[in-house]
Amino acid sequence: MKKVAIIGAGPAGIEAASVLARAGVPVTVFEKSSDSLSNLRDKSFLFPNFQPSPELVDEFSGKLQADNITVRHGSCITELKWKGTSWELVCNGSQNLVFDAVLIATGYRTFDASRKEELGYGIYKGVITSLEMEQMIKSGSIPNANGDIPQRIAFLQCVGSRDEKSGNNYCSKVCCVTAVKQAIEVRKILPKTELTIFYMDLRMWGQGFEEMYRTAQEKYGIDFIRGRISEAASTFDGRIQIKTEDTLLGLPMKASVDLLVLMVGMEASDGTRTVGRSCDICGEYGFIRTLNPHLYDNETDRPGLFAAGSCKRPMSINDSVNDGRSAATVIREYLDQLSEN
Amino acid sequence: MKISIIPYSAFVIPFLIGVVIMAVTCIIKYIRWIRMFDAAQRDVIRHNWFSWKTIPALWEMFREGLLHFRIIRKNAVLGIMHQAFALGWALLIVVGAIQSKNAIACMNQEQSITQLNTLIEQNGWYSFDKDKNIILNKRITYDEAGNKVHLHYYRPFYAAIFYNYFIHKEPASFRKAQAYADLMDGLLLYVFLGLTLALAKRLWSKSVGVRRKASHNLVDRVTKLSLWMIFPLRLISESITSSLYGNGGFLTKYLGSFLSPDIFQYFELVSWLSYSVVLAIFFISMPFTRYMHIFTELLLIWFRKIGMKESTRPTGYTRFELNACSRCGVCIEGCPIDKELDNHRIQAVYLIRGLRAHRREAKMKIIADNCLMCDRCVNDCPVGIDISSIRRMTRSKGSLDTIGNYSYIGTPRPFNAIGRIAYFGGCMSHLTPGITQAMQKIFEAADQKYWYMDRDRSICCGRPLRQQGFLNQADDLMCKNTEMIERSGAMMLVTSCPICYRSFKEEYNLKIPVMHHTEYIDLLLRQGKLNLKRDKRTVSYHDPCELGRGCGIYEQPRNVLNSVTTVRKIKEQKEESICCGFNLGNAVISIEEQTKIRDAAVRSLTAKPVDAIVTACPMCKKSFQHATDRYPVQDIAEVVAANLIKQDE
Repeated sequence: MKKVAIIGAGPAGIEAASVLARAGVPVTVFEKSSDSLSNLRDKSFLFPNFQPSPELVDEFSGKLQADNITVRHGSCITELKWKGTSWELVCNGSQNLVFDAVLIATGYRTFDASRKEELGYGIYKGVITSLEMEQMIKSGSIPNANGDIPQRIAFLQCVGSRDEKSGNNYCSKVCCVTAVKQAIEVRKILPKTELTIFYMDLRMWGQGFEEMYRTAQEKYGIDFIRGRISEAASTFDGRIQIKTEDTLLGLPMKASVDLLVLMVGMEASDGTRTVGRSCDICGEYGFIRTLNPHLYDNETDRPGLFAAGSCKRPMSINDSVNDGRSAATVIREYLDQLSEN
Repeated sequence: MKISIIPYSAFVIPFLIGVVIMAVTCIIKYIRWIRMFDAAQRDVIRHNWFSWKTIPALWEMFREGLLHFRIIRKNAVLGIMHQAFALGWALLIVVGAIQSKNAIACMNQEQSITQLNTLIEQNGWYSFDKDKNIILNKRITYDEAGNKVHLHYYRPFYAAIFYNYFIHKEPASFRKAQAYADLMDGLLLYVFLGLTLALAKRLWSKSVGVRRKASHNLVDRVTKLSLWMIFPLRLISESITSSLYGNGGFLTKYLGSFLSPDIFQYFELVSWLSYSVVLAIFFISMPFTRYMHIFTELLLIWFRKIGMKESTRPTGYTRFELNACSRCGVCIEGCPIDKELDNHRIQAVYLIRGLRAHRREAKMKIIADNCLMCDRCVNDCPVGIDISSIRRMTRSKGSLDTIGNYSYIGTPRPFNAIGRIAYFGGCMSHLTPGITQAMQKIFEAADQKYWYMDRDRSICCGRPLRQQGFLNQADDLMCKNTEMIERSGAMMLVTSCPICYRSFKEEYNLKIPVMHHTEYIDLLLRQGKLNLKRDKRTVSYHDPCELGRGCGIYEQPRNVLNSVTTVRKIKEQKEESICCGFNLGNAVISIEEQTKIRDAAVRSLTAKPVDAIVTACPMCKKSFQHATDRYPVQDIAEVVAANLIKQDE
């Protein structure tokens, strides 16, 4: 029986594992942390339908319970070696395991906001990332730096995306809608707080996104200002003073806010980088390079090596799931070919 | 009877013409440039022409004009090449002059008629009777009256240049004749060493340790060829003469022994004539080519050492600087734009060449704009040409420079800071709040009263504008800041940004001391006002361009760091530190290109294992922060602030 290894137990990896397992292919899922779906677990509600993320986590975890699926938590794949017809995986630096096909689903990490020091993350208490905001929304309490109810919250888009200086020229795709989603969630918790989103341009590409954007303005009274925040400083009372330019009015502006939420972008995760380097399929910005973006988007230029999900480029959850499913199909075809020969 | 005798042959005429044209052209040029000096530069001449600065000036003229110490320190082989040409040739002239002076003095003493007759018959000397104004040129024994004649030998300056031709046999009383001849041959060999290295550099520059040599235009190349031919022709001519008469030193005698006098007697004059013609070609073209540097660099060193500086617009001093460039190419060696971006068309040597030749303005602006202003070439230039100032006055933005752009700023709010330290973070430090926060902690820990003058409202120091060529606009900002600082009554200015620091120190005329925070923390440590604990890390320190090469602050940051951590020495440090790439000087290269330069700097800083990269400039810090998540990047102030021992602990 042909065996498949899947590196990474996120939406794409789990979905691919489940499809393959149902087709009778034995699958081993390697997850470096002790728990699967760690990025998804950080979220509160999911756009565009505001579904609570634990629901999705439960469903995904259920899919992993199939007979043909072995999940190995705490297994970090450090090296992949091509052995002529199969791949040898070096697990945790010592264990060598052989598989006929490997699916890379190593995912993303968020941009380290402290690299943009001018925004003061890690220096001022009132500056937080979108991840921390998710946690606050999840816990239902959103205090400012002094523990009080914030008067004004600013969301800043494109932190570590579309930013030449930090080396990430690409768009992270999900932050625009995430900010709108978070602002709506915050409004539900804090009805009186002034909420402003600073953006370059809003990319409402997905189903229901544009409507969310409109509702955010009309129903929830969220302000949108086109302009990037150039620097943040602290005021004497622990608030954050931001400097920006309203590029629609063409005027520089200064404002004090209680919380500045940095919408951090997506970068290739450490695992993606390690695996990419090991098999020489590292593309731009450390993401995995696939064969062709149209027809061979799950194939890499190495035989038996496939990729799915946000290890290839920033991707939303639903896109990742679809990509995992498509990867499973491609892998089955590959395995069938192997058996014929 | 008195007979005067002078050495002369028609072949010296080209040489004489060459010397005259060179001298006249140089003098005219120098007078024109001196007349172009501005008031401040004239003042310098008036006050410092002869002062205590004369001695160091003379020493540097000797050291850099002849010995070429600075080039030797950069690249020993290249330096020896330059030294061999300069010192070797100069000594050939000086020793040759002494040699001919001694020989002719002896001849005058000996009053030997036989010697005289040999000279006239063989060597083309002319004898003439000054009183009767006639050329004699015949065998002379005694005059009509039977009195012994009195001989007087003249020594024209070219006697030294064509010594072997004019003196086949030195007078017997010139005892050290052979020693001088051997010494002259030795010196010629020394020049040949330079010539060999120059050839090696021409054919394969890496053999003399030059990564990339300057490319020259046709006129320069022809002149260089004439320079290279001078010395071989001299040797050939001397050898031929030696084959005929057996004179000369060890080398010419040896070579002459291979030449058959029967054949080579016909070539003697031709050979000496070619030597003279080649000299003439070199001298005539010299004022119009890079070889103008030979005399100009000496004058430039003199002017610079007595305190002359570039102004904001081209002056006579600029002309001296442009002409003092020998196009040695040392400025290309270290240039990060060449090294990392492989652009070898914009370096100082080409800017200077273009400006000297009055090349099209638009083209010059393109060259002038593409520079990080990291001052690496200023630091490396063997004659100390202030390339950055020249670049600034050539830059393209200069034409957009208008007055009154910042009138909206209005009068700065007055603040009473009498007796306090004014702290100016600078625009860049506002983008790295870690630094300003650390500085505030340090002020408080050392119990210093300070005024954070640009906490809320800040006016730029003006230097970024100045670097781009907006000189008037920079002056506008400078006035506002000066007013604010002076009216506050602060006793000292501390800044966190080396760009501001250099501006306040060099461009502003503040009456209070100005310190960069590295200097200031060093001072606090020496005064014992800060208690620091050591951390166990090993760090590498990056010298920011403006702080290191710009202001010469190398030791203070190292002192501070050494009292907290261990500083690892890196290869490219201090004067040779690589620019972080994000210097405000260059507004034309792309971020990708800046990134390449930055990556080179990071490679250099992390060549040996370190725990962190430390720098002293917000610009460099930001640059490195984006480069690497493997190493923490910190400012010195942050390192110090993190290791403060609080008084109450």
